[in-house]
Amino acid sequence: MLEITDVSWAVPAARILDHITCTVPAGSLVGLLGPNGSGKTTLIRAVAGLVRPDTGAMTIAGDHIAGLRRLALARRIALLAQHADTDLDLTVRDVVLLGRIPHRRSRWSDTADDHTAVAEALTRVDLAGFADRTWLTLSGGERQRAQLARAFAQEPELLLLDEPTNHLDIGHQLQLLSLVRRAKVTTLAALHDLNLAAMFCDTVVVLHHGRVVATGPPTEVLTSGLLAGVYGVDAEVRVHDGRTVICYRPPS
Amino acid sequence: MRPARVRTAGTAAITLTLVAGLLVSVGAAVTVGPADLSIGTVWAVIGEHLGLAQADVSVLRDHIVWDLRLPRVLAAAAVGAGLAAAGAVMQTVTRNPLADPYLLGVSSGAALGAVLVIVAGIGGGMVAVSGGAFAGALATFAVVVLIAGRRGALSPARVVLTGVAIAQLCAACTSFVIIWVGDPNATQSITFWLSGSLAGATWAKLAWAIPALAAVLLLVLTQARTLNAFAFGEEAAATLGVDVTRTRWLLLIATALLTAVLVAISGAIGFVGLILPHAARFLAGPDHRRLLPVVVPAGAIFLIWVDTAARTVFEPRELPVGVLTALLGVPAFLMLLRRREVRG
Repeated sequence: MLEITDVSWAVPAARILDHITCTVPAGSLVGLLGPNGSGKTTLIRAVAGLVRPDTGAMTIAGDHIAGLRRLALARRIALLAQHADTDLDLTVRDVVLLGRIPHRRSRWSDTADDHTAVAEALTRVDLAGFADRTWLTLSGGERQRAQLARAFAQEPELLLLDEPTNHLDIGHQLQLLSLVRRAKVTTLAALHDLNLAAMFCDTVVVLHHGRVVATGPPTEVLTSGLLAGVYGVDAEVRVHDGRTVICYRPPS
Repeated sequence: MRPARVRTAGTAAITLTLVAGLLVSVGAAVTVGPADLSIGTVWAVIGEHLGLAQADVSVLRDHIVWDLRLPRVLAAAAVGAGLAAAGAVMQTVTRNPLADPYLLGVSSGAALGAVLVIVAGIGGGMVAVSGGAFAGALATFAVVVLIAGRRGALSPARVVLTGVAIAQLCAACTSFVIIWVGDPNATQSITFWLSGSLAGATWAKLAWAIPALAAVLLLVLTQARTLNAFAFGEEAAATLGVDVTRTRWLLLIATALLTAVLVAISGAIGFVGLILPHAARFLAGPDHRRLLPVVVPAGAIFLIWVDTAARTVFEPRELPVGVLTALLGVPAFLMLLRRREVRG
Protein backbone atom coordinates (compact mmCIF):
# COMPACT_ATOMS: atom_id res chain seq x y z
CA MET A 1 0.00 0.00 0.00
CA LEU A 2 1.28 3.38 -1.04
CA GLU A 3 0.35 6.53 0.82
CA ILE A 4 1.14 9.96 -0.55
CA THR A 5 0.55 12.77 1.94
CA ASP A 6 0.69 16.45 1.11
CA VAL A 7 3.49 16.14 -1.44
CA SER A 8 4.69 19.30 -3.19
CA TRP A 9 7.50 19.92 -5.63
CA ALA A 10 8.37 23.16 -7.38
CA VAL A 11 10.89 24.26 -9.96
CA PRO A 12 11.80 27.96 -10.18
CA ALA A 13 9.18 28.64 -12.86
CA ALA A 14 6.29 26.54 -11.65
CA ARG A 15 4.77 24.44 -8.93
CA ILE A 16 4.64 20.98 -10.47
CA LEU A 17 3.08 19.07 -7.60
CA ASP A 18 0.79 21.02 -5.29
CA HIS A 19 -0.10 19.39 -1.95
CA ILE A 20 -0.94 15.98 -3.36
CA THR A 21 -2.55 13.42 -1.12
CA CYS A 22 -3.73 10.03 -2.34
CA THR A 23 -3.58 6.33 -1.56
CA VAL A 24 -3.02 3.16 -3.53
CA PRO A 25 -4.57 0.34 -1.45
CA ALA A 26 -2.78 -3.02 -1.46
CA GLY A 27 -3.72 -5.17 -4.45
CA SER A 28 -5.54 -2.43 -6.33
CA LEU A 29 -4.90 -0.78 -9.66
CA VAL A 30 -5.11 2.98 -9.36
CA GLY A 31 -5.14 5.16 -12.46
CA LEU A 32 -3.44 8.54 -12.37
CA LEU A 33 -5.24 10.77 -14.87
CA GLY A 34 -4.89 14.32 -16.07
CA PRO A 35 -3.91 16.34 -19.13
CA ASN A 36 -0.33 16.82 -20.31
CA GLY A 37 1.64 18.82 -17.78
CA SER A 38 -0.72 18.04 -14.91
CA GLY A 39 2.06 16.36 -12.91
CA LYS A 40 1.30 12.65 -13.51
CA THR A 41 4.78 11.71 -14.65
CA THR A 42 6.43 13.82 -11.96
CA LEU A 43 4.38 12.13 -9.26
CA ILE A 44 5.32 8.69 -10.64
CA ARG A 45 8.97 9.74 -10.72
CA ALA A 46 8.77 11.01 -7.16
CA VAL A 47 7.36 7.70 -5.93
CA ALA A 48 10.11 5.89 -7.87
CA GLY A 49 12.67 7.97 -6.00
CA LEU A 50 13.89 9.74 -9.15
CA VAL A 51 12.93 13.20 -7.93
CA ARG A 52 12.78 14.26 -4.32
CA PRO A 53 9.68 16.31 -3.39
CA ASP A 54 10.22 19.53 -1.44
CA THR A 55 7.65 18.71 1.21
CA GLY A 56 5.25 15.92 2.13
CA ALA A 57 5.65 12.23 2.79
CA MET A 58 5.39 9.09 0.69
CA THR A 59 5.27 5.74 2.43
CA ILE A 60 5.17 2.18 1.15
CA ALA A 61 3.76 -0.23 3.74
CA GLY A 62 4.57 2.39 6.34
CA ASP A 63 8.22 2.93 5.32
CA HIS A 64 9.23 6.36 4.11
CA ILE A 65 10.39 6.20 0.49
CA ALA A 66 12.83 9.07 1.09
CA GLY A 67 14.46 7.03 3.86
CA LEU A 68 15.04 3.89 1.79
CA ARG A 69 18.32 3.24 0.01
CA ARG A 70 18.19 2.95 -3.80
CA LEU A 71 18.76 -0.78 -3.72
CA ALA A 72 16.13 -1.40 -1.05
CA LEU A 73 13.69 0.74 -3.03
CA ALA A 74 14.39 -1.21 -6.22
CA ARG A 75 13.44 -4.44 -4.44
CA ARG A 76 10.05 -2.98 -3.53
CA ILE A 77 9.09 -0.65 -6.38
CA ALA A 78 9.40 -1.35 -10.11
CA LEU A 79 8.81 1.19 -12.85
CA LEU A 80 7.60 0.54 -16.39
CA ALA A 81 8.37 3.65 -18.44
CA GLN A 82 6.58 4.94 -21.54
CA HIS A 83 9.21 3.70 -23.82
CA ALA A 84 12.39 1.72 -23.32
CA ASP A 85 15.11 1.83 -25.88
CA THR A 86 18.59 0.45 -26.31
CA ASP A 87 20.90 -0.06 -29.24
CA LEU A 88 22.52 -3.06 -27.56
CA ASP A 89 21.80 -6.49 -28.95
CA LEU A 90 20.28 -7.86 -25.72
CA THR A 91 18.22 -11.04 -25.54
CA VAL A 92 14.84 -10.98 -23.82
CA ARG A 93 16.46 -13.05 -21.05
CA ASP A 94 19.16 -10.39 -20.59
CA VAL A 95 16.47 -7.72 -20.33
CA VAL A 96 14.38 -9.59 -17.77
CA LEU A 97 17.52 -10.51 -15.78
CA LEU A 98 18.10 -6.78 -15.28
CA GLY A 99 15.15 -6.97 -12.91
CA ARG A 100 17.19 -9.33 -10.72
CA ILE A 101 19.98 -6.80 -10.18
CA PRO A 102 18.45 -5.40 -6.98
CA HIS A 103 18.22 -8.95 -5.61
CA ARG A 104 21.76 -9.92 -6.49
CA ARG A 105 23.63 -12.03 -4.01
CA SER A 106 26.68 -12.24 -6.22
CA ARG A 107 28.31 -9.44 -8.15
CA TRP A 108 28.93 -11.88 -10.92
CA SER A 109 26.71 -14.92 -11.45
CA ASP A 110 22.99 -15.44 -11.86
CA THR A 111 21.50 -17.87 -9.36
CA ALA A 112 18.95 -20.60 -10.04
CA ASP A 113 16.42 -18.33 -8.27
CA ASP A 114 17.14 -15.60 -10.80
CA HIS A 115 16.49 -17.93 -13.71
CA THR A 116 13.30 -19.23 -12.12
CA ALA A 117 12.09 -15.67 -11.57
CA VAL A 118 12.85 -14.80 -15.18
CA ALA A 119 10.96 -17.83 -16.51
CA GLU A 120 7.97 -17.05 -14.29
CA ALA A 121 7.95 -13.39 -15.27
CA LEU A 122 8.02 -14.30 -18.97
CA THR A 123 5.11 -16.69 -18.48
CA ARG A 124 3.14 -13.98 -16.67
CA VAL A 125 3.42 -11.67 -19.68
CA ASP A 126 2.74 -14.43 -22.24
CA LEU A 127 6.30 -14.33 -23.54
CA ALA A 128 7.33 -17.87 -22.58
CA GLY A 129 9.60 -19.11 -25.36
CA PHE A 130 10.86 -15.60 -26.14
CA ALA A 131 13.88 -15.75 -23.80
CA ASP A 132 16.42 -16.15 -26.59
CA ARG A 133 14.89 -13.63 -28.98
CA THR A 134 16.92 -10.45 -29.30
CA TRP A 135 15.51 -7.04 -28.36
CA LEU A 136 16.04 -5.62 -31.83
CA THR A 137 13.73 -8.26 -33.35
CA LEU A 138 10.78 -7.55 -31.02
CA SER A 139 7.69 -5.52 -31.91
CA GLY A 140 6.71 -2.51 -29.77
CA GLY A 141 4.11 -4.55 -27.89
CA GLU A 142 6.58 -7.37 -27.23
CA ARG A 143 9.15 -4.87 -25.98
CA GLN A 144 6.73 -3.37 -23.47
CA ARG A 145 5.75 -6.85 -22.32
CA ALA A 146 9.44 -7.77 -21.93
CA GLN A 147 9.90 -4.64 -19.82
CA LEU A 148 6.82 -5.61 -17.79
CA ALA A 149 8.42 -9.03 -17.24
CA ARG A 150 11.59 -7.23 -16.11
CA ALA A 151 9.46 -5.25 -13.63
CA PHE A 152 7.80 -8.48 -12.37
CA ALA A 153 11.25 -10.07 -12.00
CA GLN A 154 12.02 -7.33 -9.46
CA GLU A 155 9.22 -8.91 -7.37
CA PRO A 156 7.91 -5.48 -6.43
CA GLU A 157 5.32 -4.65 -3.79
CA LEU A 158 4.35 -1.70 -5.92
CA LEU A 159 4.34 -1.39 -9.70
CA LEU A 160 4.51 2.06 -11.27
CA LEU A 161 3.43 2.52 -14.87
CA ASP A 162 4.22 5.78 -16.65
CA GLU A 163 1.87 5.95 -19.63
CA PRO A 164 2.98 2.45 -20.63
CA THR A 165 0.64 2.09 -23.60
CA ASN A 166 1.48 5.33 -25.41
CA HIS A 167 3.30 3.75 -28.33
CA LEU A 168 1.12 0.66 -28.68
CA ASP A 169 -1.80 -0.19 -30.93
CA ILE A 170 -5.17 -0.76 -29.26
CA GLY A 171 -4.79 -4.55 -29.16
CA HIS A 172 -1.49 -4.32 -27.34
CA GLN A 173 -2.80 -1.58 -25.03
CA LEU A 174 -5.64 -3.86 -23.89
CA GLN A 175 -3.28 -6.82 -23.62
CA LEU A 176 -0.69 -4.96 -21.54
CA LEU A 177 -3.18 -3.58 -19.05
CA SER A 178 -4.98 -6.89 -18.70
CA LEU A 179 -1.63 -8.54 -17.94
CA VAL A 180 -1.07 -5.94 -15.23
CA ARG A 181 -4.59 -6.45 -13.91
CA ARG A 182 -4.11 -10.23 -13.86
CA ALA A 183 -0.82 -9.92 -11.93
CA LYS A 184 -2.70 -8.50 -8.91
CA VAL A 185 0.32 -6.38 -7.93
CA THR A 186 -0.48 -3.06 -6.24
CA THR A 187 -0.20 -0.63 -9.15
CA LEU A 188 -0.20 3.09 -9.73
CA ALA A 189 -0.55 3.81 -13.45
CA ALA A 190 -0.36 7.17 -15.19
CA LEU A 191 -2.73 6.79 -18.15
CA HIS A 192 -3.83 8.99 -21.02
CA ASP A 193 -6.66 6.91 -22.35
CA LEU A 194 -9.72 7.45 -20.17
CA ASN A 195 -11.63 4.49 -21.61
CA LEU A 196 -8.70 2.21 -20.71
CA ALA A 197 -8.66 3.73 -17.24
CA ALA A 198 -12.40 3.17 -16.86
CA MET A 199 -12.02 -0.42 -18.02
CA PHE A 200 -9.10 -1.51 -15.81
CA CYS A 201 -8.76 0.79 -12.78
CA ASP A 202 -10.31 0.22 -9.35
CA THR A 203 -10.03 3.89 -8.59
CA VAL A 204 -8.70 6.91 -10.42
CA VAL A 205 -6.95 10.03 -9.18
CA VAL A 206 -7.35 13.06 -11.45
CA LEU A 207 -4.62 15.71 -11.43
CA HIS A 208 -4.96 19.21 -12.81
CA HIS A 209 -2.22 21.84 -12.56
CA GLY A 210 -0.42 19.68 -10.01
CA ARG A 211 -3.44 19.33 -7.72
CA VAL A 212 -5.73 16.39 -7.03
CA VAL A 213 -9.17 17.44 -8.31
CA ALA A 214 -11.06 14.16 -7.98
CA THR A 215 -10.59 10.67 -6.53
CA GLY A 216 -12.81 7.62 -6.61
CA PRO A 217 -14.12 4.78 -8.76
CA PRO A 218 -13.98 5.66 -12.47
CA THR A 219 -17.76 5.48 -12.84
CA GLU A 220 -18.18 8.21 -10.25
CA VAL A 221 -15.24 10.40 -11.16
CA LEU A 222 -15.36 10.41 -14.95
CA THR A 223 -18.30 12.70 -15.62
CA SER A 224 -18.82 15.05 -18.52
CA GLY A 225 -18.51 17.96 -16.10
CA LEU A 226 -15.06 16.81 -14.95
CA LEU A 227 -13.90 16.14 -18.50
CA ALA A 228 -14.98 19.62 -19.54
CA GLY A 229 -13.32 21.24 -16.53
CA VAL A 230 -10.02 19.31 -16.56
CA TYR A 231 -9.42 18.35 -20.19
CA GLY A 232 -11.54 21.05 -21.80
CA VAL A 233 -13.38 18.52 -23.94
CA ASP A 234 -17.01 18.04 -24.73
CA ALA A 235 -17.84 14.41 -23.99
CA GLU A 236 -20.75 12.20 -23.14
CA VAL A 237 -20.26 9.50 -20.54
CA ARG A 238 -22.44 6.44 -21.10
CA VAL A 239 -22.79 3.04 -19.57
CA HIS A 240 -22.55 0.30 -22.16
CA ASP A 241 -22.57 -3.44 -21.27
CA GLY A 242 -22.22 -2.35 -17.65
CA ARG A 243 -19.02 -0.36 -18.37
CA THR A 244 -18.32 3.32 -18.40
CA VAL A 245 -17.65 4.49 -21.94
CA ILE A 246 -16.62 8.00 -22.90
CA CYS A 247 -17.69 9.35 -26.27
CA TYR A 248 -15.99 12.56 -27.33
CA ARG A 249 -17.47 15.23 -29.53
CA PRO A 250 -15.27 17.27 -31.84
CA PRO A 251 -14.44 20.75 -30.51
CA SER A 252 -16.80 23.38 -31.90
CA MET B 1 19.45 -16.12 -33.57
CA ARG B 2 22.07 -17.26 -31.08
CA PRO B 3 20.54 -18.92 -28.04
CA ALA B 4 21.93 -17.33 -24.87
CA ARG B 5 23.20 -20.59 -23.42
CA VAL B 6 25.30 -21.28 -26.49
CA ARG B 7 26.49 -17.69 -26.23
CA THR B 8 27.64 -18.21 -22.60
CA ALA B 9 29.51 -21.41 -23.35
CA GLY B 10 30.89 -19.81 -26.48
CA THR B 11 32.14 -16.79 -24.54
CA ALA B 12 34.00 -18.90 -21.98
CA ALA B 13 35.72 -20.68 -24.85
CA ILE B 14 36.50 -17.37 -26.57
CA THR B 15 37.99 -15.95 -23.35
CA LEU B 16 40.19 -19.01 -22.78
CA THR B 17 41.32 -19.01 -26.39
CA LEU B 18 42.14 -15.31 -26.21
CA VAL B 19 44.12 -15.63 -22.98
CA ALA B 20 46.11 -18.52 -24.48
CA GLY B 21 46.51 -16.46 -27.64
CA LEU B 22 47.80 -13.55 -25.58
CA LEU B 23 50.54 -15.67 -23.97
CA VAL B 24 51.56 -17.09 -27.34
CA SER B 25 51.46 -13.59 -28.89
CA VAL B 26 53.77 -12.14 -26.26
CA GLY B 27 56.34 -14.88 -26.89
CA ALA B 28 55.96 -14.84 -30.64
CA ALA B 29 55.98 -11.06 -31.09
CA VAL B 30 59.29 -10.81 -29.21
CA THR B 31 60.93 -13.06 -31.81
CA VAL B 32 59.96 -10.72 -34.65
CA GLY B 33 62.47 -8.05 -35.57
CA PRO B 34 65.79 -7.34 -37.24
CA ALA B 35 67.78 -9.68 -34.99
CA ASP B 36 66.61 -13.24 -35.54
CA LEU B 37 65.49 -14.93 -32.36
CA SER B 38 63.80 -18.27 -31.85
CA ILE B 39 60.80 -18.63 -29.58
CA GLY B 40 62.91 -21.04 -27.52
CA THR B 41 65.49 -18.30 -26.90
CA VAL B 42 62.73 -15.89 -25.84
CA TRP B 43 61.23 -18.26 -23.31
CA ALA B 44 64.72 -19.20 -22.07
CA VAL B 45 65.57 -15.54 -21.40
CA ILE B 46 62.21 -14.91 -19.70
CA GLY B 47 62.66 -18.07 -17.65
CA GLU B 48 66.13 -17.02 -16.55
CA HIS B 49 65.06 -13.53 -15.51
CA LEU B 50 62.16 -14.94 -13.55
CA GLY B 51 64.66 -17.28 -11.85
CA LEU B 52 62.96 -20.38 -13.19
CA ALA B 53 65.77 -21.83 -15.26
CA GLN B 54 69.36 -21.32 -16.31
CA ALA B 55 69.62 -20.20 -19.93
CA ASP B 56 72.63 -20.38 -22.12
CA VAL B 57 71.97 -17.24 -24.18
CA SER B 58 74.45 -14.57 -25.29
CA VAL B 59 74.45 -11.22 -23.45
CA LEU B 60 73.44 -9.41 -26.63
CA ARG B 61 70.42 -11.63 -27.22
CA ASP B 62 69.50 -11.42 -23.58
CA HIS B 63 69.63 -7.61 -23.89
CA ILE B 64 67.49 -7.58 -27.05
CA VAL B 65 64.84 -9.81 -25.53
CA TRP B 66 64.75 -8.53 -21.98
CA ASP B 67 65.56 -4.84 -22.33
CA LEU B 68 64.27 -3.94 -25.78
CA ARG B 69 61.54 -6.15 -27.14
CA LEU B 70 59.82 -7.66 -24.11
CA PRO B 71 59.02 -4.32 -22.41
CA ARG B 72 57.68 -3.03 -25.69
CA VAL B 73 55.49 -6.07 -26.32
CA LEU B 74 54.20 -5.99 -22.75
CA ALA B 75 53.53 -2.26 -23.04
CA ALA B 76 51.56 -2.93 -26.22
CA ALA B 77 49.57 -5.59 -24.38
CA ALA B 78 48.92 -3.32 -21.39
CA VAL B 79 47.97 -0.30 -23.50
CA GLY B 80 45.76 -2.40 -25.80
CA ALA B 81 43.99 -4.12 -22.91
CA GLY B 82 43.55 -0.89 -20.98
CA LEU B 83 42.26 1.18 -23.90
CA ALA B 84 39.83 -1.55 -24.94
CA ALA B 85 38.42 -1.91 -21.42
CA ALA B 86 38.27 1.85 -20.87
CA GLY B 87 36.49 2.27 -24.20
CA ALA B 88 33.90 -0.37 -23.34
CA VAL B 89 33.19 1.30 -20.00
CA MET B 90 33.05 4.80 -21.51
CA GLN B 91 30.62 3.67 -24.21
CA THR B 92 28.31 2.20 -21.59
CA VAL B 93 28.51 4.96 -19.01
CA THR B 94 27.94 7.74 -21.54
CA ARG B 95 25.54 5.59 -23.59
CA ASN B 96 27.41 6.76 -26.65
CA PRO B 97 28.62 4.12 -29.11
CA LEU B 98 31.21 6.59 -30.41
CA ALA B 99 32.77 7.21 -27.01
CA ASP B 100 36.40 6.28 -26.55
CA PRO B 101 38.92 6.60 -23.71
CA TYR B 102 40.12 9.98 -25.03
CA LEU B 103 36.63 11.45 -24.71
CA LEU B 104 37.54 13.44 -21.62
CA GLY B 105 40.32 15.29 -23.42
CA VAL B 106 42.95 13.13 -21.78
CA SER B 107 45.00 12.54 -24.94
CA SER B 108 45.00 16.16 -26.08
CA GLY B 109 45.99 17.27 -22.60
CA ALA B 110 48.79 14.71 -22.58
CA ALA B 111 50.07 15.99 -25.93
CA LEU B 112 50.09 19.56 -24.66
CA GLY B 113 51.89 18.52 -21.49
CA ALA B 114 54.48 16.60 -23.51
CA VAL B 115 55.01 19.52 -25.92
CA LEU B 116 55.52 21.95 -23.08
CA VAL B 117 58.11 19.69 -21.49
CA ILE B 118 59.98 19.18 -24.79
CA VAL B 119 59.93 22.87 -25.61
CA ALA B 120 60.91 23.96 -22.12
CA GLY B 121 63.70 21.37 -22.18
CA ILE B 122 62.98 20.26 -18.65
CA GLY B 123 64.97 17.25 -17.49
CA GLY B 124 66.25 14.56 -19.79
CA GLY B 125 64.43 12.77 -22.54
CA MET B 126 61.47 10.44 -22.43
CA VAL B 127 60.97 10.23 -18.67
CA ALA B 128 60.31 13.94 -18.38
CA VAL B 129 58.12 13.89 -21.49
CA SER B 130 56.03 11.05 -20.08
CA GLY B 131 55.76 12.92 -16.81
CA GLY B 132 54.62 16.04 -18.65
CA ALA B 133 52.09 13.99 -20.63
CA PHE B 134 50.69 12.43 -17.47
CA ALA B 135 50.40 15.81 -15.77
CA GLY B 136 48.79 17.34 -18.84
CA ALA B 137 46.29 14.47 -19.07
CA LEU B 138 45.31 14.81 -15.41
CA ALA B 139 45.02 18.59 -15.64
CA THR B 140 42.74 18.40 -18.68
CA PHE B 141 40.59 15.72 -17.12
CA ALA B 142 40.30 17.82 -13.96
CA VAL B 143 39.16 20.84 -15.99
CA VAL B 144 36.59 18.75 -17.90
CA VAL B 145 35.21 17.26 -14.69
CA LEU B 146 35.07 20.66 -12.98
CA ILE B 147 33.10 22.15 -15.85
CA ALA B 148 30.89 19.15 -16.67
CA GLY B 149 30.29 18.09 -13.08
CA ARG B 150 29.49 21.52 -11.72
CA ARG B 151 26.02 20.52 -10.60
CA GLY B 152 27.24 17.22 -9.22
CA ALA B 153 25.47 15.03 -11.74
CA LEU B 154 28.15 14.71 -14.44
CA SER B 155 25.58 14.23 -17.19
CA PRO B 156 26.92 12.34 -20.21
CA ALA B 157 25.96 15.04 -22.70
CA ARG B 158 27.85 17.70 -20.74
CA VAL B 159 30.85 15.42 -20.32
CA VAL B 160 31.04 14.67 -24.05
CA LEU B 161 30.60 18.29 -25.13
CA THR B 162 33.02 19.66 -22.55
CA GLY B 163 35.57 16.97 -23.40
CA VAL B 164 35.38 17.84 -27.10
CA ALA B 165 35.73 21.57 -26.41
CA ILE B 166 38.68 21.22 -24.05
CA ALA B 167 40.39 18.76 -26.40
CA GLN B 168 40.12 21.29 -29.22
CA LEU B 169 41.55 23.99 -26.99
CA CYS B 170 44.50 21.78 -26.03
CA ALA B 171 45.11 20.86 -29.68
CA ALA B 172 45.12 24.54 -30.61
CA CYS B 173 47.58 25.35 -27.80
CA THR B 174 49.81 22.46 -28.88
CA SER B 175 49.90 23.70 -32.50
CA PHE B 176 50.56 27.22 -31.31
CA VAL B 177 53.50 26.16 -29.16
CA ILE B 178 54.99 24.03 -31.94
CA ILE B 179 54.75 26.81 -34.50
CA TRP B 180 55.90 29.51 -32.09
CA VAL B 181 59.01 27.59 -31.10
CA GLY B 182 59.75 26.32 -34.60
CA ASP B 183 62.30 23.77 -33.42
CA PRO B 184 62.29 20.99 -36.05
CA ASN B 185 63.46 18.37 -33.54
CA ALA B 186 60.65 19.17 -31.19
CA THR B 187 58.16 19.13 -34.07
CA GLN B 188 59.34 15.72 -35.17
CA SER B 189 59.22 14.10 -31.77
CA ILE B 190 55.80 15.62 -31.13
CA THR B 191 54.36 14.33 -34.39
CA PHE B 192 55.54 10.86 -33.59
CA TRP B 193 54.17 11.15 -30.12
CA LEU B 194 50.79 12.54 -31.20
CA SER B 195 50.25 9.57 -33.51
CA GLY B 196 51.13 7.15 -30.75
CA SER B 197 54.20 4.98 -30.42
CA LEU B 198 55.40 2.25 -28.12
CA ALA B 199 59.06 2.80 -28.98
CA GLY B 200 59.75 4.42 -25.62
CA ALA B 201 58.48 1.51 -23.51
CA THR B 202 60.71 0.56 -20.57
CA TRP B 203 60.36 -1.64 -17.51
CA ALA B 204 60.19 1.51 -15.38
CA LYS B 205 57.09 2.70 -17.24
CA LEU B 206 55.53 -0.75 -17.09
CA ALA B 207 55.97 -0.68 -13.33
CA TRP B 208 53.45 2.19 -13.33
CA ALA B 209 51.16 0.93 -16.04
CA ILE B 210 50.61 -2.66 -14.97
CA PRO B 211 49.46 -1.98 -11.38
CA ALA B 212 47.21 0.83 -12.65
CA LEU B 213 45.78 -1.50 -15.29
CA ALA B 214 45.25 -4.31 -12.79
CA ALA B 215 43.54 -2.06 -10.25
CA VAL B 216 41.17 -0.49 -12.77
CA LEU B 217 40.34 -3.84 -14.40
CA LEU B 218 39.46 -5.32 -11.00
CA LEU B 219 37.25 -2.34 -10.21
CA VAL B 220 35.52 -2.50 -13.57
CA LEU B 221 34.92 -6.25 -13.26
CA THR B 222 33.18 -5.76 -9.89
CA GLN B 223 30.90 -3.23 -11.63
CA ALA B 224 29.99 -5.52 -14.56
CA ARG B 225 26.39 -6.09 -13.48
CA THR B 226 25.95 -2.44 -12.60
CA LEU B 227 27.14 -1.53 -16.09
CA ASN B 228 24.49 -3.87 -17.53
CA ALA B 229 21.84 -1.84 -15.72
CA PHE B 230 22.68 1.15 -17.93
CA ALA B 231 21.34 -0.64 -21.04
CA PHE B 232 18.04 1.28 -21.02
CA GLY B 233 19.45 4.55 -19.73
CA GLU B 234 20.29 6.03 -16.40
CA GLU B 235 16.77 6.43 -15.07
CA ALA B 236 16.18 2.75 -15.71
CA ALA B 237 19.47 2.01 -13.96
CA ALA B 238 18.41 4.14 -11.01
CA THR B 239 15.12 2.26 -10.64
CA LEU B 240 17.16 -0.97 -10.60
CA GLY B 241 18.93 0.25 -7.49
CA VAL B 242 22.06 1.68 -9.09
CA ASP B 243 23.48 4.88 -7.63
CA VAL B 244 23.95 6.37 -11.08
CA THR B 245 25.89 9.49 -10.14
CA ARG B 246 28.31 7.65 -7.87
CA THR B 247 28.87 4.88 -10.42
CA ARG B 248 29.49 7.36 -13.19
CA TRP B 249 32.00 9.39 -11.17
CA LEU B 250 33.78 6.25 -10.00
CA LEU B 251 34.08 4.69 -13.43
CA LEU B 252 34.86 7.88 -15.35
CA ILE B 253 37.61 8.84 -12.91
CA ALA B 254 39.09 5.33 -12.82
CA THR B 255 39.14 4.96 -16.60
CA ALA B 256 40.47 8.49 -17.11
CA LEU B 257 43.33 7.85 -14.66
CA LEU B 258 44.15 4.61 -16.42
CA THR B 259 44.02 6.33 -19.80
CA ALA B 260 46.33 9.08 -18.52
CA VAL B 261 48.87 6.47 -17.41
CA LEU B 262 48.64 4.69 -20.76
CA VAL B 263 48.84 7.85 -22.83
CA ALA B 264 51.97 8.86 -20.93
CA ILE B 265 53.59 5.63 -22.14
CA SER B 266 52.41 5.45 -25.70
CA GLY B 267 50.93 8.73 -26.81
CA ALA B 268 47.42 8.75 -28.23
CA ILE B 269 46.83 5.48 -30.06
CA GLY B 270 43.47 5.92 -31.72
CA PHE B 271 40.70 3.50 -32.60
CA VAL B 272 41.67 0.70 -30.18
CA GLY B 273 39.30 1.99 -27.51
CA LEU B 274 36.58 2.65 -30.06
CA ILE B 275 36.66 -0.48 -32.23
CA LEU B 276 37.65 -3.28 -29.86
CA PRO B 277 34.57 -2.91 -27.62
CA HIS B 278 32.30 -3.13 -30.66
CA ALA B 279 34.16 -6.16 -31.99
CA ALA B 280 34.02 -7.82 -28.57
CA ARG B 281 30.28 -7.13 -28.28
CA PHE B 282 29.88 -8.80 -31.61
CA LEU B 283 31.64 -11.91 -30.27
CA ALA B 284 30.40 -12.02 -26.69
CA GLY B 285 27.15 -10.04 -26.64
CA PRO B 286 26.47 -6.90 -24.61
CA ASP B 287 26.49 -8.44 -21.10
CA HIS B 288 29.54 -6.90 -19.40
CA ARG B 289 30.19 -10.06 -17.41
CA ARG B 290 31.00 -11.76 -20.72
CA LEU B 291 32.14 -8.70 -22.64
CA LEU B 292 34.93 -7.53 -20.32
CA PRO B 293 36.77 -10.90 -20.16
CA VAL B 294 36.78 -10.91 -23.96
CA VAL B 295 37.61 -7.28 -24.70
CA VAL B 296 40.68 -7.16 -22.42
CA PRO B 297 42.76 -9.98 -23.97
CA ALA B 298 41.45 -9.05 -27.44
CA GLY B 299 42.73 -5.49 -27.04
CA ALA B 300 46.10 -6.76 -25.81
CA ILE B 301 46.58 -9.18 -28.71
CA PHE B 302 45.40 -6.63 -31.24
CA LEU B 303 47.88 -3.97 -30.17
CA ILE B 304 50.78 -6.43 -29.79
CA TRP B 305 50.50 -7.44 -33.44
CA VAL B 306 49.73 -4.01 -34.82
CA ASP B 307 52.78 -2.65 -33.02
CA THR B 308 54.88 -5.54 -34.24
CA ALA B 309 53.80 -4.68 -37.78
CA ALA B 310 54.46 -0.99 -37.16
CA ARG B 311 58.07 -1.62 -36.18
CA THR B 312 58.92 -4.26 -38.79
CA VAL B 313 56.92 -3.95 -42.00
CA PHE B 314 58.70 -0.83 -43.27
CA GLU B 315 62.08 -1.63 -41.76
CA PRO B 316 64.27 0.25 -41.07
CA ARG B 317 61.60 2.96 -40.81
CA GLU B 318 59.13 2.68 -38.01
CA LEU B 319 55.52 3.74 -38.47
CA PRO B 320 53.70 5.38 -35.58
CA VAL B 321 51.43 2.60 -34.34
CA GLY B 322 48.47 5.00 -34.24
CA VAL B 323 48.69 5.35 -38.03
CA LEU B 324 48.31 1.59 -38.43
CA THR B 325 45.48 1.27 -35.89
CA ALA B 326 43.59 3.92 -37.84
CA LEU B 327 44.31 2.20 -41.16
CA LEU B 328 42.96 -1.07 -39.76
CA GLY B 329 40.34 0.52 -37.51
CA VAL B 330 38.40 2.53 -40.04
CA PRO B 331 37.52 -0.39 -42.38
CA ALA B 332 36.79 -2.59 -39.36
CA PHE B 333 34.48 0.07 -38.00
CA LEU B 334 32.63 0.45 -41.28
CA MET B 335 32.27 -3.31 -41.53
CA LEU B 336 30.82 -3.52 -38.02
CA LEU B 337 28.39 -0.72 -38.82
CA ARG B 338 27.23 -2.58 -41.88
CA ARG B 339 26.74 -5.87 -40.07
CA ARG B 340 24.80 -4.07 -37.38
CA GLU B 341 22.47 -2.55 -39.93
CA VAL B 342 21.95 -5.91 -41.60
CA ARG B 343 21.09 -7.56 -38.31
CA GLY B 344 19.12 -4.69 -36.78
